[in-house]
Amino acid sequence: MLEKICTLTDLVPNIGVPALVNGEQVALFRLKDGNVYAVSNFDPFSQANVIARGITGNLKGLDVVASPIYKQHFDLKTGQCVEDDSVSIKTYSVKLDGNDVLIALN
Amino acid sequence: MKIVVVGHGMVGHRFVEVLARDAATANLGTPIDVTVLCEENLPAYDRVQLTSYFSGKTAEDLSLVSPNFFEDNGFKLHLGKGAAEIDRAAKTVTTTTGETLPYDKLILATGSYPFVPPLPGKDREDCLVYRTIDDLEAMKVSATRSKVGVVVGGGLLGLEAAKALRDLGLETHVVEFAPRLMAVQIDDGAGKVLRKKIEALGVGIHLGKNTTEIVDGENGRHRMNFADGSHLETDMILFSAGIRPRDDLARKFGLDVGPRGGIVINNECLTNDPDVYAIGECALWEGRIYGLVAPGYQMAETAAHSIIQHEKKKEFLGADMSTKLKLMGVDVASIGDAHATTAGAQSFVYVDEPNEIYKKLVVSADGKKLHGAVLIGDVEAYGGLLQLMLNDMDLPDNAQALILPSFDGSAKPALGADALPMSATICSCNNVSKGEICDAVARGCMDYDSIKDGTKAATSCGGCSALVKQVMNAELEKMGVEVKKDICEHFAYSRQELFHICQVEKIKSFDELLEKHGNGQHDGCDICKPTAASILASLWNEHVLKKPLAGLQDTNDYYMANLQKDGTYSVVPRMPGGEVTPEGLIAVGAVAKKYNLYTKITGGQRVDLFGARLEQLPLIWKELIDAGFESGHAYGKSLRTVKSCVGSTWCRYGMLDSVGFAIELENRYRGLRSPHKIKFAVSGCTRECAEAQGKDVGVIATEKGWNLYVCGNGGMKPRHAELLASDLDSETLIKYVDRFLMFYVKTADRLQRTSVWRDNMEGGLDYLKDVIINDSLGLAAELESQMQYVVDTYQCEWKTAINDPEIMKRFKPFVNSNQADDNIVFVEERGQIRPATPNEKAGRINVVEVVGMA
Ligand code: SRM
Ligand SMILES: Cc1cc2nc3c(=O)[nH]c(=O)nc-3n(C[C@H](O)[C@H](O)[C@H](O)COP(=O)(O)OP(=O)(O)OC[C@H]3O[C@@H](n4cnc5c(N)ncnc54)[C@H](O)[C@@H]3O)c2cc1C
Ligand code: SF4
Ligand code: FES
Repeated sequence: MLEKICTLTDLVPNIGVPALVNGEQVALFRLKDGNVYAVSNFDPFSQANVIARGITGNLKGLDVVASPIYKQHFDLKTGQCVEDDSVSIKTYSVKLDGNDVLIALN
Repeated sequence: MKIVVVGHGMVGHRFVEVLARDAATANLGTPIDVTVLCEENLPAYDRVQLTSYFSGKTAEDLSLVSPNFFEDNGFKLHLGKGAAEIDRAAKTVTTTTGETLPYDKLILATGSYPFVPPLPGKDREDCLVYRTIDDLEAMKVSATRSKVGVVVGGGLLGLEAAKALRDLGLETHVVEFAPRLMAVQIDDGAGKVLRKKIEALGVGIHLGKNTTEIVDGENGRHRMNFADGSHLETDMILFSAGIRPRDDLARKFGLDVGPRGGIVINNECLTNDPDVYAIGECALWEGRIYGLVAPGYQMAETAAHSIIQHEKKKEFLGADMSTKLKLMGVDVASIGDAHATTAGAQSFVYVDEPNEIYKKLVVSADGKKLHGAVLIGDVEAYGGLLQLMLNDMDLPDNAQALILPSFDGSAKPALGADALPMSATICSCNNVSKGEICDAVARGCMDYDSIKDGTKAATSCGGCSALVKQVMNAELEKMGVEVKKDICEHFAYSRQELFHICQVEKIKSFDELLEKHGNGQHDGCDICKPTAASILASLWNEHVLKKPLAGLQDTNDYYMANLQKDGTYSVVPRMPGGEVTPEGLIAVGAVAKKYNLYTKITGGQRVDLFGARLEQLPLIWKELIDAGFESGHAYGKSLRTVKSCVGSTWCRYGMLDSVGFAIELENRYRGLRSPHKIKFAVSGCTRECAEAQGKDVGVIATEKGWNLYVCGNGGMKPRHAELLASDLDSETLIKYVDRFLMFYVKTADRLQRTSVWRDNMEGGLDYLKDVIINDSLGLAAELESQMQYVVDTYQCEWKTAINDPEIMKRFKPFVNSNQADDNIVFVEERGQIRPATPNEKAGRINVVEVVGMA
């Protein structure tokens, strides 16, 4: 099932926004190249809901976001933490329908 | 084996350091028992850096003895106790306190004393010398009652002493008997250029003056009468007319001394008694006394290794007396045969009068070898030239090009580190060869600091630092390690280079910078984006949340508040100078109460409100702005606070209005984005209640105006600020601070505080003074106008933000909901909130209700 979260105009390129999806906190990012990603907003290192406030970027070809608290990077596609193999965050699949941004619930 | 060392100066200490380091690996077979007699009340300190005592260094900073050195090695140090007698037959030393110490080996490292010419009046009050920390204390006291100071002697030490007098705030003169300055090291042409430069700094130079007597003065305390009938009035006189070896003990107890003094030693540094060594400035080798520390250090190694029979044992075979130094900000270097006295020697001379540069090369009759050189004003060539001479290398064709400027951009004949033999001495103070530096790199010392730690190179006078870096970089490159200053994978530039690019090309967005100068197929990262944001803000000062800039900001800048561990923020309104009205305090209190914020007085003299949720920030700021507050920029790499003491308005000791001036400064520089945060303080008198000497910019009021200190730091590695200029009026001080801050903003690395920036600055404080005060780079006007632009375009970021609905959208808790983050939980402690611990959260015990939701 897909839920409409917001519109593309709500997403400023390279700036994350938090969203509430089915009771879960999700961080949404629209990158400069138009790709939209959704990952968990919960930072496992600081235990705070802050991922949406991180800086997006690209490290060795991977699209990443840096946690604003202790600065670990997470791969936006897979949720994998770049600095620590044993840590990853949940990812969500995003659908674009015209101007609408939808996230799959499971 | 009992070893007694007489004299704990620079060389005496180096001697015991070598013992401590090498005794274990020697062939001695018996343990050593070391006793050091130190006549001064302080353990060995860096005499070479003595003058920096007046520009902020303390006796502790100057100490050469690492903490616990004596305890750790089981050596004994007697402070304030000298050697009075030696019994060479019984092999004992009697101390000035009457103790008798037996020795197997005795080391005399008694140094020298300043020579005072036998003039009538030389013993009058405020006639001083310059050699020890005690002498410095006497100068300080004398300076408080003096306006004018004269140095007798225009040699290297005399000019150094003149700098000290100037740092003490005295009108300064140098009186020299010879017809030129630094007669030993440089020639006439160089002397002329040097004189002009030093006079330009406001120091009076009087050459060819033979002082005949010192009598009462009319305006000053003394009048110095000269043989030519002229005279000079002054309050303080500092004799710096040469040094004499302290060979009195040797003389008295039958050791050989030279006809003009100095304890005679052989290549092993032994005197005519096979159990007594002499090292350092008291020793006479082949009829020469070495008045520099590097040869003394070599003697210390020779003597120590000789005593412990170390396999590295090396004879002392004389030393090179080349010098490079900065005298009052003027670069001076002299190499080898500066006066071209070798038979057949020929010279090349280059003089640039408008720029006050003088360079001379002395080459052999066949033009193939370098014998000597003199450099004034531009000493870049020093390291290379010195190596050419010391290693007896062949000069390149057209040797004169070595001292000529290259206007057409053509390269100078190469003198790269690669050309040097492995045996070349790179650091003469510490006797470190190129080979040892290469070994250190191979062992894994990959940066300048670890090379310094690992080899001791460049840890004394610092004259070799450029060459040490060259050797290290060449070696790293050979190992395939790229020597880069790139800030990250997206830009092959340092921050300073990026700043320059943005400025010159008027680049105003990150994307443009990335496209033109970066690795543009991809996006940047969390290193280059905030760096670019800071540079763009310093240059163009646009609102940090303007669209293309917003995504570059660290979260603190993005939400204009400080992120805390639980995802909430803290709010700090500006309270310039720490001054706040009762109404203001009540308003801040009311906001804190309404939103239930944890309230604390910060270390920066203002109030911090913690525990604000993202969505509360605009509401809180609206109320603070209505009450007259503005952003405190606690979140930015920018000016934090200007701390003040209460000053002359209330305090019985205050000289000037420190609060008023702190407020003026804070209002001027608020909002300036910089490589790292900047802190100021203003104290109303030298009691220094505002702790200005621990700040990036510190201002202290005196009777005569403001003293300006720079590059202090608290925090992780505290550093005292250094005096940049004294007795300034407010206007001049602001001008200097404008220049200083902009120069820092332009040239520092990312996240480099002014203290670290200063520590990495070649040429040090003198260079900085030159740039800021003497405008040596010709940048002053530009720096001032850039600062004025930032001042003129200041806006309270929060005021702009709360009036911009686009920006306000970003403070919603969720893009699709106004519900609050239920992971933020507080408990109460001492009457206020604090974040709940994970355990408390799990059990939801004693949690405090969230208030103030929109
Ligand atoms: C709030 C405050 C502590 C307090 O309760 O008193 C504080 C809090 C923080 N300091 Fe500080 N520092 C505070 C005064 C100081 C002082 C004292 C001073 O300014 O007189 C120092 C030493 C002086 C100095 O900087 O030279 C200080 C040295 C540091 C350092 C070490 C800097 C260094 O150069 O070594 C850091 C870390 C850094 O900046 O990299 C730091 C970093 C921080 C950060 C930003 C750490 C962080 O990233 O979360 C803290 C968050 C601030 C916030 O508001 O949430 N704070 N910090 C003080 C705010 C002052 C203000 O009104 O703005
Ligand atoms: C202001 C200044 C600037 C200088 N700048 C430079 C420079 O830029 N480059 C450079 O190479 N050199 C410089 N020098 C010279 C350098 O400081 C000396 O070469 C060096 O200190 C010599 O070391 P030393 O141990 O032989 O003598 P000292 O450092 O003078 O130490 C001798 C110690 O022995 C003590 N002593 C003497 N007699 C007795 C006794 N009977 N019993 C016990 N103790 C005794 C003395 O009190 C003294 O502490 C400078 C000197 C001064 C004063
Ligand atoms: S000292 Fe450390 S813990 Fe305390 S406020 Fe500063 S940064 Fe935070
Ligand atoms: S030459 Fe003086 S520190 Fe290296």
